[in-house]
Amino acid sequence: MNNSVITVRNLVKKFGSFVANDNLNFEVYAGEIFGFLGANGAGKTTTIRILSGLSAPTSGEVIVAGINASKKPEEIKKQIGYMSQKFSLYEDLTVKENIMLYGGIYGMSKSLIKERTENLLEKLNFRDYGNKLIADLPLGLRQKLAFSIAVFHEPKIVFLDEPTGGVDPITRRQFWEMIYETASRGITVFVTTHYMDEAEYCDRISIMSEAKIVALDTPENLKKLYNAATVEDVFIKIARPN
Amino acid sequence: MEKVIESTDISKAFGSTKALNDIAFAVDESEIFGFIGPDGAGKTTLFRIIATLLLPDKGEMKVLGMDCIAGFKELRKNIGYMPGRFSLYQDLTVEENLNFYATVFGTTVKKNYDLISDIYSHIEPFKKRLAGKLSGGMKQKLALSCALIHKPKLLILDEPTTGVDAVSRSEFWAMLARLRQHDITIIVSTPYMDEAMRCDRVALIQNGSILTVAPPQKIRNGFSRKLFMIKASEKYKLIIALRKYPGTVTAYPFGDSVHVTFSDDSIDESLFRFLSKEGLSKVTAVETEAGIEDRFLELMEKGAKV
Repeated sequence: MNNSVITVRNLVKKFGSFVANDNLNFEVYAGEIFGFLGANGAGKTTTIRILSGLSAPTSGEVIVAGINASKKPEEIKKQIGYMSQKFSLYEDLTVKENIMLYGGIYGMSKSLIKERTENLLEKLNFRDYGNKLIADLPLGLRQKLAFSIAVFHEPKIVFLDEPTGGVDPITRRQFWEMIYETASRGITVFVTTHYMDEAEYCDRISIMSEAKIVALDTPENLKKLYNAATVEDVFIKIARPN
Repeated sequence: MEKVIESTDISKAFGSTKALNDIAFAVDESEIFGFIGPDGAGKTTLFRIIATLLLPDKGEMKVLGMDCIAGFKELRKNIGYMPGRFSLYQDLTVEENLNFYATVFGTTVKKNYDLISDIYSHIEPFKKRLAGKLSGGMKQKLALSCALIHKPKLLILDEPTTGVDAVSRSEFWAMLARLRQHDITIIVSTPYMDEAMRCDRVALIQNGSILTVAPPQKIRNGFSRKLFMIKASEKYKLIIALRKYPGTVTAYPFGDSVHVTFSDDSIDESLFRFLSKEGLSKVTAVETEAGIEDRFLELMEKGAKV
């Protein structure tokens, strides 16, 4: 039985003669927390853009939520959520306005948006923040809200691109508990991070180095394989930044 | 020995937001002094005041023996500043950026090359590449080279390793340690707790106030309870279960285990029975030494309650 939500076979992506993704092969399963690690410049962002339907593969097969990324990238966007550190919410809109905006973009009905907004604000303890501008919220709260909005439409998969960069250790952990809770609802979480302790929270992780995947397994198995105490040690052994 | 930075009662507000409240601390010569704190704590605001880029509302800040307001012109010649976001010229090459900064400070790359060679040598092969096309780790090395090219006495680094991978971070800190030989004092802010351990002293800052200043080992040893490391078959279930357990004071995920403190500083059969009832198996629990991050979490929890 195949419960893969992402299937990547022989993925190659070239920019001119530069090979950004060199024959990638991997699968991600429903409800998994999959950590996608690698040094800067290894090719991670390129892969994520292809998986989110923002960029086309040069060759190879990429199936996301049952949709072929080469043939129908637009369809993928409806099935996924996305959050990155660089952009997540509109700073000059309020919390509620952002929720309404994204709900509309996801094609949700007004009544559903209203109902889920109440739940969201309750869950995040944001009762008093509904009419606050995003620009006035500290980073940690913004990130938590951005994540909640990224899964507001209950997508099959949510892509998180370095979601906790610069955030304090308490908020980081709260954020990860939100990720756990989301995965327990059956939403697959595909996350990149530079915090090696966060890699340990994932069910499986892959490590990219210079356009290739050089490791893919549970954190536990990788530590055993490389005789390492932590994922950081594994990373330092096998990921070579260029 | 005169202090490199001496700050008394520094305060700064932006409208109704109090960014800094009565900040007082001192930094010694050739120290690597770290500022750790959550986003919004005031680190960048404080660094900008030290770098003479922002005026405090009140208080006194002496840098290299000069008042940060009255002496700003002279100070700027002696400070190297690396702000949080890459701020060099993306459309100039590596080489052009370095030459530009040297010229602005009235010196040449050649003059102080030995100071930056350790760092610059990593990116020198790419000197004709546009700065905007560099990877995160390389950008950071270039920014550091530009901040050092005029041989400053004080180096101010605002989150220099955020967004950079573990290998490059490690290399970066090794480079910082070597700068000490050149009698350069360094103040640095970072969200990475392991980097706090590489500083001589660390200030924990939260909500515009400094909670503590001490060598990192001392901060770590200040952990007030016994710490236990608990693992089980399912991570998330374990955290939820531990929070439900009546004896638990704090429970934080830490990589592949959960760090827990208990009200009576001990664990017994009742914990294992409780976790088993919650459906967890393969439960292990050992006492462990608190790391600096455990202590920071403890201080931040207390700080938040104030």
